[in-house]
Amino acid sequence: MSDIDKATVAKIARLARIKIEEDKLEPLAGELNNILGWVEQLDEVNTDDIEPMSSVVDAKLRWRQDEVTDGDKQASVLKNAPNAEYGFFAVPKVIE
Amino acid sequence: MSNYRIQGATGDWEVVLGLEVHAQVVSNAKLFSGASTEFGAEPNAQVSLVDAAMPGMLPTINAECIRQAVRTGLALGAQINKFSVFDRKNYFYADLPQGYQISQFKHPIVGEGTVTLDMGDGKTKDVGVERIHLEQDAGKSMHDQHPQLTYVDLNRSGVALMEIVSKPDMRSPEEAGAYLTKLRTILRYIGTCDGNMEQGSMRADVNVSVRKPGDPLGTRCEIKNVNSIRFVRQAIEYEAQRQVDILEEGGVIDQETRLFDPSKGETRSMRSKEEAHDYRYFPDPDLLPVEFDDAFIEAARESLPELPDDKKARFVEELGVSDYNASVLVGEKESCDYFEDLLSALAEKTGKPAQKLAAKASNWVMGDLFGALNKASKTVNESPVSAKQGADLLALVEDGTISGRIAKDVFEIMFETGKDAEVIVEEKGLKQVSDTGEIEKIIDEVIAANPAQLEQYRAGKDKLIGFFVGQVMKATGGKANPGMVNQLLKPKLDG
Repeated sequence: MSDIDKATVAKIARLARIKIEEDKLEPLAGELNNILGWVEQLDEVNTDDIEPMSSVVDAKLRWRQDEVTDGDKQASVLKNAPNAEYGFFAVPKVIE
Repeated sequence: MSNYRIQGATGDWEVVLGLEVHAQVVSNAKLFSGASTEFGAEPNAQVSLVDAAMPGMLPTINAECIRQAVRTGLALGAQINKFSVFDRKNYFYADLPQGYQISQFKHPIVGEGTVTLDMGDGKTKDVGVERIHLEQDAGKSMHDQHPQLTYVDLNRSGVALMEIVSKPDMRSPEEAGAYLTKLRTILRYIGTCDGNMEQGSMRADVNVSVRKPGDPLGTRCEIKNVNSIRFVRQAIEYEAQRQVDILEEGGVIDQETRLFDPSKGETRSMRSKEEAHDYRYFPDPDLLPVEFDDAFIEAARESLPELPDDKKARFVEELGVSDYNASVLVGEKESCDYFEDLLSALAEKTGKPAQKLAAKASNWVMGDLFGALNKASKTVNESPVSAKQGADLLALVEDGTISGRIAKDVFEIMFETGKDAEVIVEEKGLKQVSDTGEIEKIIDEVIAANPAQLEQYRAGKDKLIGFFVGQVMKATGGKANPGMVNQLLKPKLDG
């Protein structure tokens, strides 16, 4: 069932903004197919009428109260930015 | 239902419309962090390390945002899902630091519901709601501040939005406008979104397609981020005509995302070169499913105020307010609050039941008050005359202290000075003359001064009684009690 080809690898790489050299596409397709083939062994198990498991630990989602407890740290937020001006992140112009 | 058609060379075309409304949830803190949601702060001052997507930060859901989404669902009569799941919607953009938006895809928190539109003349139309899900807002990009750079502010990043998705049930620009108007009214009543479209608290993506009546659905285009009700109508008119023109020339519609340009009144293609969106949704591994019980839903239901449709029905049926007045008053929460405050103060002051006063009070709010506010370009919240002061004025008319005519003059002064009605009436000596002797004296004078008219009246020209009433009112500066004038005048004229 796994049939990831070169074009699919290139597309996924583009969507994930990962640069992959042309000569690496074919080998990666092979690796990804192996991984998927391995995972697909699970299809042999009959899972009819079994609820999907949402977590491996027996825990409930923790809710926070609606209180302002954070913020006011512009300097920290911008500290690692390659470029910041007037309190904004400054990035190469992106316009649609 | 709708008769809206675009006439083409090959026949009439029907427009099919669906709206996705993004409504910012009213909450103090963001959906998954403790940073403030307040509008207008310094750039990046309301950003936690979670909102900036620093490595290792984990989201924790804000309980209030869940409650607000449930309240919204209940107000739209929608199915509430006690189990819902947050997914990651993956895409790259400079104002999306995570590289994905946390949203809900397969299991939204709210399912199908209904919005009932008022189409005038007591006619209504139901528009289906497909679903409501919770999601994070993105940051804000500013492209016009620097020649080579885009400035990014993450204050909005992570603020909770409800995406309210309608079914493709609307058939005209008017219906789409009415839907957005009604939705906004409901959200503002229940306080789950402030509905402030200028600040971007509410924006709509409009799906437009056209077809020959009876045909299957055509290919749709999505007009992104339209931020006013008027623009929604304009964008639809333009876009529907554009599609008809293409189809009539034998072309095909490309399914695409378009942008509305208000200054030109047209839509244009956006991201056309980008490959089809592939968001690769998957359940967010940082978040367990959202689960709650019936008690949580019931508590949310209890917290809802009277909804606009119920309120309107009560105004008409129990209070005797006209259908038109009730629609207008209920349409804006502030107007409605004003009217209700005024009515209860008036009922208390006069000791009369509200149903006896409501129709008159609604006419006064809609006529005198709104007229003056419009002229002064003020909103009802900025009214120089408070609801309590308005009630005091109407109470003076109710108990006969001043006439309705004088009340209009007093109101004008109140509106200008903000003074109380009693004070103005006292200062200007505007109290209605209800003293029988005094009125009789004036009537006698008026009759004596107009013998010709008296003769005509007695010869059978009954209508002249109006003339005499007018003269008496004029002689008293409008202060005579009109009921008493009528009562006393007739026997004297008849001789």
